[in-house]
Amino acid sequence: MKVLVPIKRVVDYNVKVRVKADQSGVDLANVKMAMNPFCEIAVEEAVRLKEKGVVTEIVVVTVGSKTAQEQLRTAMALGADRAILVETEENTQPLGVAKALKALVEKESPDLVILGKQAIDDDNNQTGQMLAALTGMPQGTFASEVNVADGKVSVTREIDGGLQTVELSLPAVVTTDLRLNEPRYASLPNIMKAKKKPLDTVSPADLGVDLTPRVKTLKVEPPAERQAGIKVASVEELVDKLKNEAKVI
Amino acid sequence: MSVLVYAEHDNAALKGVTLNVVAAAKAIGGDITVLVAGEGCAAVADEAAKVEGVSKVLLADNAAYGHQLAENVADLVAEVGKDYGHILAAATTTGKNFAPRVAALLDVGMISEISGVESADTFKRPIYAGNAIATVQSGDSIKVITVRGTGFDAVSAEGGSASVESIDVVKDAGVSKFVSEELAKSDRPELTAAKIVISGGRGMQNGDNFEMLYKVADKLGAAVGASRAAVDAGFVPNDMQVGQTGKIVAPDLYVAVGISGAIQHLAGMKDSKVIVAINKDEEAPIFQVADYGLVADLFEAVPELDSKL
Repeated sequence: MKVLVPIKRVVDYNVKVRVKADQSGVDLANVKMAMNPFCEIAVEEAVRLKEKGVVTEIVVVTVGSKTAQEQLRTAMALGADRAILVETEENTQPLGVAKALKALVEKESPDLVILGKQAIDDDNNQTGQMLAALTGMPQGTFASEVNVADGKVSVTREIDGGLQTVELSLPAVVTTDLRLNEPRYASLPNIMKAKKKPLDTVSPADLGVDLTPRVKTLKVEPPAERQAGIKVASVEELVDKLKNEAKVI
Repeated sequence: MSVLVYAEHDNAALKGVTLNVVAAAKAIGGDITVLVAGEGCAAVADEAAKVEGVSKVLLADNAAYGHQLAENVADLVAEVGKDYGHILAAATTTGKNFAPRVAALLDVGMISEISGVESADTFKRPIYAGNAIATVQSGDSIKVITVRGTGFDAVSAEGGSASVESIDVVKDAGVSKFVSEELAKSDRPELTAAKIVISGGRGMQNGDNFEMLYKVADKLGAAVGASRAAVDAGFVPNDMQVGQTGKIVAPDLYVAVGISGAIQHLAGMKDSKVIVAINKDEEAPIFQVADYGLVADLFEAVPELDSKL
């Protein structure tokens, strides 16, 4: 079976971003970019399903700028077979991305779409669910375990109260949570091989979708800074401060 | 203009976070209708009818909604919600699961995890793990929104006298099935609702050592949380994770024990009123946000804290 893995290029998770002085957004100039961590987990899961013999082909896709080819190559170095870039300079938003992915789902007919539960830039946590709705597919969000058998996928989900397991008919959408797997590192030979794997570029117009943002960002500000307080010398002093100064216990 | 609030519940009782979502709805303005979808959940609807500021409760009681399957719930909410200006749900794993589906079905953008209401179409929300706050405006006719509970003070659970109306809209997409659930059982308060939270990190070394935190928590009536490192290491289950991708908490007192303070963890707790950090590494970033820092070995400090309370 075929798996489609949509990924996103984001600011590396180790970077502490700064808001631009004109409040138009965060400063991305000369900032290290990387594949969104949840997307790495999605690629890894697809690769593991292929290693288990469940999956025969992994197609990785992103909707973004030309520079996102880098992340597509990374995904292919990790084990994806081919890549599709839906090229746009537009500031992408989940609904538009989901529509582009829907068009690709219609073209590629994957049995499973695995994607990260959220991107760590906009923290939206929407795209997978939106794609599922637009295509009428069931969804297993926040997955910590995925098992494919007998034309169905069973997904264990991390929910607020603990864990929930659902069974979905295929094709289905799965979004990954942190503990689904631990992504591997790409080996040098695989990085070299990935350079020769096919990478197609299409435009949103080719897919007949409009990526115009629905939600307008008026301004972006730094959060209220929290000042470091004091160091206490002993547990006794701590208890005293909490009782008599902060009055919280 | 009217606002539809999706009630969070377990078929038996209304979850407290719904009161925060109603508060966000009040800030938006207009009549507030609460939709209770579940199975055997009439008591929840009665409870919702008493919530301050609610003018109507819609009850969709059907097996299709019993386990809050996103496919069925989203179809229901999209149909019921199309006559409203705003559809609000809590930014819990339930709300996050179905709300984007609703937005896509209605062909509107969605606004996740708002922490403030500026006007009926303009909202504040954290991005980049809370390292920036965006003010966003929606141009869509229906605004589908999830609400971060800690951003809004809960309305009173009493004082309302809304009518309860049963609706017989049954949506069963038939593509997903609930199999099982493993829910953590605890007598301690829920993490997101607790006034005091004590969290342990990698420094706890193993799950057994969390017993020390449970003992202190029980003396203080606190909930116990954990950093991602502690959950990944298997010390404690995932439902205890506080952070960017776990639970967002803002208690009166947050005690971080053996937690270094990665930005992803800070994102989940830095709005707490008072923060205490206990860590033996004096350079740990957690001290930069702590009101009271104690540089000490937690294995000595926590038992001592326990004995002094």
